[in-house]
Amino acid sequence: MRVRRLAAMARKEALQIWRDPRSLLIALLMPFMQLVLLGYGVSLDIKHVPVCTFDREASQNSQDLLKHFQASDYFTIAAVIGNYGALTGAIDRGVCRLAIVIPPDFTQRLSTTGGAVVQGIVDGTDTNTANIATGYAQAVVARYAAGARLEASARQGAIATIQPVAMQSRVWFNEDLESRNFIIPGVIAMVMALVGAELTSLTIAREWERGTMELLISTPVTPMEVMLGKLAPYFAIGLIDAALCLAFGVFWFGVPFRGTLATLFLATALFLVVVLGIGYLISVRVKSQVGAAQIGLLVTILPTTLLSGYLFPIDQMPVPVQAVTYLMFARYYVTALKALFLKGAGIVDLAAPLAAMALYAAAIAFLAARAFHKSLD
Amino acid sequence: MSAATAADAPIVVERLVKRFGAFTAVDGISFRIDRGEIVGFLGPNGAGKSTTIRMLCGLLRPTAGEARVAGFDVARESERVREHIGYMSQKFSLYTDLTVAENLRFFGGIYRVPAALLAERMRFVIEMAGLTGREEALVGTLAGGWKQRLALGCAILHRPPILFLDEPTSGVDPESRRRFWDLIHNLSSGGITVLVSTHYMDEAEYCDRIALINRGRLVAFDTPAAMKRDFPGGELLVLECDVLGAAFAALEAAPGVRDVAAFGNTLHLLVEDREGAIAALPGYLADKGVAVARIEPVAPTFEDIFVQLVGRKEAA
Repeated sequence: MRVRRLAAMARKEALQIWRDPRSLLIALLMPFMQLVLLGYGVSLDIKHVPVCTFDREASQNSQDLLKHFQASDYFTIAAVIGNYGALTGAIDRGVCRLAIVIPPDFTQRLSTTGGAVVQGIVDGTDTNTANIATGYAQAVVARYAAGARLEASARQGAIATIQPVAMQSRVWFNEDLESRNFIIPGVIAMVMALVGAELTSLTIAREWERGTMELLISTPVTPMEVMLGKLAPYFAIGLIDAALCLAFGVFWFGVPFRGTLATLFLATALFLVVVLGIGYLISVRVKSQVGAAQIGLLVTILPTTLLSGYLFPIDQMPVPVQAVTYLMFARYYVTALKALFLKGAGIVDLAAPLAAMALYAAAIAFLAARAFHKSLD
Repeated sequence: MSAATAADAPIVVERLVKRFGAFTAVDGISFRIDRGEIVGFLGPNGAGKSTTIRMLCGLLRPTAGEARVAGFDVARESERVREHIGYMSQKFSLYTDLTVAENLRFFGGIYRVPAALLAERMRFVIEMAGLTGREEALVGTLAGGWKQRLALGCAILHRPPILFLDEPTSGVDPESRRRFWDLIHNLSSGGITVLVSTHYMDEAEYCDRIALINRGRLVAFDTPAAMKRDFPGGELLVLECDVLGAAFAALEAAPGVRDVAAFGNTLHLLVEDREGAIAALPGYLADKGVAVARIEPVAPTFEDIFVQLVGRKEAA
């Protein structure tokens, strides 16, 4: 391998990227687009769920319970309704996701041993929201019930009855449970996958399509020089994009970064080797630019979006799918990113995902280095 | 190059064969080219010219036979071969989104032209190609002739002893073609060996020797003068008349005429006896309703030679 040829190759590739508006756009604008879209657009937090109330008793007690809903951040009273027909209509039209119906004998049953029952009707079309809203509603009712019990025992003469058990939870790493803090680190993986696979999948295909490959392979340049020279500018773009994402995420979105830059660099470099290598492999195999771009999308960006745990938690996937995620290189990078940003994990804590990525990087580099042959046959 | 290989012919081809599936593109070609020669590879499209050149550059693997370029086996030592050759492919293959200077600098780097020499070599190439003042122009914006000369420039930037040019003048205007051949002659007088393919028969005149190739086989390999001297099968006449089609049909059946071929708006006749034919044919054609405007001896062109060697049908 000759440094001179490698440098000539890298310089040429960089000039071509610079002159191609499409590549530049992907390389520089994509990180911002992804961050803005995902930072603002995607929120996994469920707040202000619209609620309809149907108070069939209209007593002091029933209004008291409904005030608890009103006071909660998780709910907004969307409508107050007077009959079941209107309630059904409200759910059908999407006015509310949850309806709370208080029975006419609410107060009376509060003092019986069986206790009162409040009906909750949930719009189950979005199961995730439905589950969470139900949970919140149960919590609100439970809090009301605890208060009511205290009051009742006080009336019966018992003094300062204590609640039997209460959980005081404290959230670590993402203290405010901001889903943005959970999403933004993963966006870096998305951007890396995009730059790596989408851009590099074109580099070899472009030379074949434009007919420049025939001349290139008639020169003494070696396949290794072609590969490293071509990938070097994309590696640099990847690192620049990672830095942009980091800065934007921390300074604009206020996502905490508690790890060290050195560890982030190591993890990112390993991930880049993998995605660049895959993009290059595709490019060598598929000699048309369009075909290469599509396959690139399929094998890197889709798994990164769906199977890396970046948006969709891996431990909630079906077991066979969970098994598949172990094969997805992006899984290890996303794990490392989240731990780096939120937990401030060090290189020792991340030994397992880093080792998995290193293994991947070595295997892909090995395959990529052997993929390209200087022949027209 | 070691002294031993320098003494050998720069290009030696022995029974070279290339098959693509069931199709035989090159069918057992043998020849050798001496140092400093310009050899023209002549033949119709699809004759196997490009395939042969690509094998000699190490881009395609021969199916059988062998070839040595600069003393290196093209199949086993293709990387060594590549260090000693310059190649200009049939399709334009410089980077159109790079400037003239950037392309030259790229190939200078790829061939590891010493940095101290690169500026001087680039200046030489730019002057040679007539691109002075256009160093910063994107190659995609250049006209055909300039592109072709720049491609030649990129191929000789590293001063290779052997140059392969695959139809370098196709699609270029006649003025640019002539200029291009001047450049090739200058290079050859500097000791560079050139193998150049073309389907322009008139360009054969510019070569030291000609390899006529048809359907993957070498039909003839000689100097242009010798080929004309040994023109096979009789004497050649040119005939001009009013109705070409009728004359063509009549002459094919005429006594003493071995062959007829159309050349633009004239016919070339291959006859057994020149004087006899000039005397007899105008009368013969007049009987068939064709008026002869001119009939006289003509020196064979390479097209005539090609037609005679491979048959009318393939030359068309």
